Amino acid sequence: MLLEVKNISVNVAGKAILKDISLQIKKAEIAVLFGPNGSGKTTLIKALMGFSGYSISSGSVIFKDKEISGLSIEERVKMGLGIMYQHPAKIRGVKLYQIAQFLCRDKKKIEELSERLSLREHLHRDINLDFSGGEMKRAELFQILLQEPDLLLLDEPESGVDLENISVMGKVLNEYLQKPGKSALIITHTGYILDYIHAKNGCVMMDGKLWCVGKPKEIFESIRKEGYEKCRECHDKQRIE
Amino acid sequence: MINKELNNFGQDDRDIVSSSGMDLTEKMRSASFLQEDSRVQLYRSFIDGVQIMSIEEALRNIPEAKSYFGSSFKLLGREYPTDTQGGYFIRVKKGATVKLPIQACLFLKAAGFKQKVHNVIIIEEGAKVYLITGCSASKSADEGFHLGISEFFLKEGAYLNFTMVHSWKEDVSVKPISIALLDKGATFISNYVSLRPVKEITMYPTAVLQGDGAKASFNSLILSHPGSLQDIGSRVILRAKDTHAEIVSRAVSLGGKVIARGHLKAENKDIKAHLECRGLILSEQGTIHAIPEMESDFRDVDMSHEAAIGRINKEEIEYLCSRGFTREQAQSVIVRGFMDVDILGLPDLLKKEIDVLEERTLKASF
Repeated sequence: MLLEVKNISVNVAGKAILKDISLQIKKAEIAVLFGPNGSGKTTLIKALMGFSGYSISSGSVIFKDKEISGLSIEERVKMGLGIMYQHPAKIRGVKLYQIAQFLCRDKKKIEELSERLSLREHLHRDINLDFSGGEMKRAELFQILLQEPDLLLLDEPESGVDLENISVMGKVLNEYLQKPGKSALIITHTGYILDYIHAKNGCVMMDGKLWCVGKPKEIFESIRKEGYEKCRECHDKQRIE
Repeated sequence: MINKELNNFGQDDRDIVSSSGMDLTEKMRSASFLQEDSRVQLYRSFIDGVQIMSIEEALRNIPEAKSYFGSSFKLLGREYPTDTQGGYFIRVKKGATVKLPIQACLFLKAAGFKQKVHNVIIIEEGAKVYLITGCSASKSADEGFHLGISEFFLKEGAYLNFTMVHSWKEDVSVKPISIALLDKGATFISNYVSLRPVKEITMYPTAVLQGDGAKASFNSLILSHPGSLQDIGSRVILRAKDTHAEIVSRAVSLGGKVIARGHLKAENKDIKAHLECRGLILSEQGTIHAIPEMESDFRDVDMSHEAAIGRINKEEIEYLCSRGFTREQAQSVIVRGFMDVDILGLPDLLKKEIDVLEERTLKASF
C-alpha cells in the first residue's frame, strides 16, 4: 500500500472538518474524490501535505510504510508527495523559472514541458501573479511534474481551464501517470479530467465523511444526473440494509 | 583603471568601493569621478559629449555652471548648506546617447570626517544617459558623516537613469538632499539601493515636473539592520500638464526602523501618479512606518497609492515548502523576490551588477 489513511479526524480553526476518514491508495492507483463544495476534500489533501492549520487530531497517515503525520511539509515532499493547488499562493518577485530550476536540473526538460503547457512566456514572470485561472493550473501542473512525486494530490486540476487546454493538460498528466508506480488522488467537480486518465476508484465526500465507493465515471454520471442528494439517499439506504 | 589612483586604498576599501556599484576597471563605464573625504581623487570622461569635473573647477571655468548652482533650491524657496567641499559637475551634451553608465564615487575614509558635497548634473536636450553614484565608507571612517546635495537639470526630451547605491557602516550618518527639475518631455528615473547597516539616513529627494509630458519615477530597495534608522522618501511635484510620476519602495526590516515617505503633489490637470510602498518586517524589533501623501487642487487627475506592511505570508512559505524548499530556504527566496531588482528601472548591465551586490549582501545578512 502506498498511502493508508486510518481513521483520521482533522480540525481547522478549532472546528472538526473531517471525521474518522479512512482510505487507501495502492502503488500505481488513481483515485478520484468527488463531493460538494465545503465537504472537506481540500482539507484532506492539505492535512496529508502537513499544512499548518490542518491538524490531525486522531488517526494515522502511513505513506510508504512510514507514519508521516509528524513530518514537516518538505519532509513529506522528499518522501514523494506532491500537491497541485486549487488556489495557489502568488509570490511577488519569485519567478516560475526559479522554482522550476529548483525542482529540475534538466534545462531541456523545463523548456520542453513549458512549451507543451504554453508557459514559455510565464517562466520569467512572478509566480501566479496576474496569471489567469487556466495559466495558474498549467503552472501548477508544470511544477508538480518537474517535481516528479510518487503520489500526486491534485485539487481540481481542470477548473477554470478552457477545453483546449484541458486536453493538453490531461494528455501530459496521463503520460506521467502511465510511468511505473505513479499514483494520484484527484479532486474534480467537472469530471473532464476523467476523459484523459485511467482512474479505477472513486468516492464521494460529504460532511467530512467518505461515502460511496465505486467506478469514477459511474459516480460522476450519477452526480451529474441526480446531484449529491442521491448519494446521501443511496448511502442512507445502504446503511439501513 | 581607477586602481592606479587608489594606491593608498587597501583591498578592504577597494571591496567597499566596489560594493557601492563602482567598476574599478572602468571597462564598462563612460566616465568616472572619485572623491575621498574632501579630496577629489580623479575625474575623466572616455567619450565626447560627457563633461565631468569637480564642482569647484566647473564654477571656475564654466561660466554657466554658476547659474545652475543652487538654482533649483531657489526655485522651491529652500535653503541649502553652503559649507560644501567637492562634489561633481556632469554635463551631457545635447542629443548625446551615452550607452555605458557614468560612475561617481563618494568615499568616506577618515574617522569622524564630515563629507559635504554639492553635485550638479545637467542633461541637455534629447540626451540619454545612465549615472550610477556609489556612496560608501571605509572601516576606518568611524562616526562619519555624509551630506550630499544634488541638483539635476533635465532639458527638453532628456533622459536620465540615476542609480544611487549606499554602502555605509553602522556608525555613519547620512543626509542626501536632491532636487531634479524636468523640462518638457524629460524622463528622470531615480533608483536607490541601501542594503548595508547605517546609523541614520534622512533623505527626501524632490522632482519638479515643470515641462508638459515630463515623467519621474523613484524606486527604492531598503534593507534595515538592527540599530539603523532610514527615513527615506520621495516627492514629485507635477507642475505641468500630462506629467506622470511613480514612487515604488520596498523595505525589509531585520530589526531597524524604516520610515518610508512618499508625496505626490498635483499642481496641474491631466496628470497621472502612483505611489506604492511595501514592507516586510522579519524581526520583533523591526519597525516600518509608511507615510504616503497625495495632494491635488484639480479634479482631472489620476492619483493612487497602495501600501502593505507585515511579516512574510505563511501561505507563501508553505507553498514553497510543498515544492521541497526548507522553511529557511523559502524565507530567503521570498525576501529575495520581495527585493526584486526588476522594480528598479535599470538597464541590463546595471541590473546584473546590482543583482549580484544584493545577492551577496542578503546572503551575508541571513
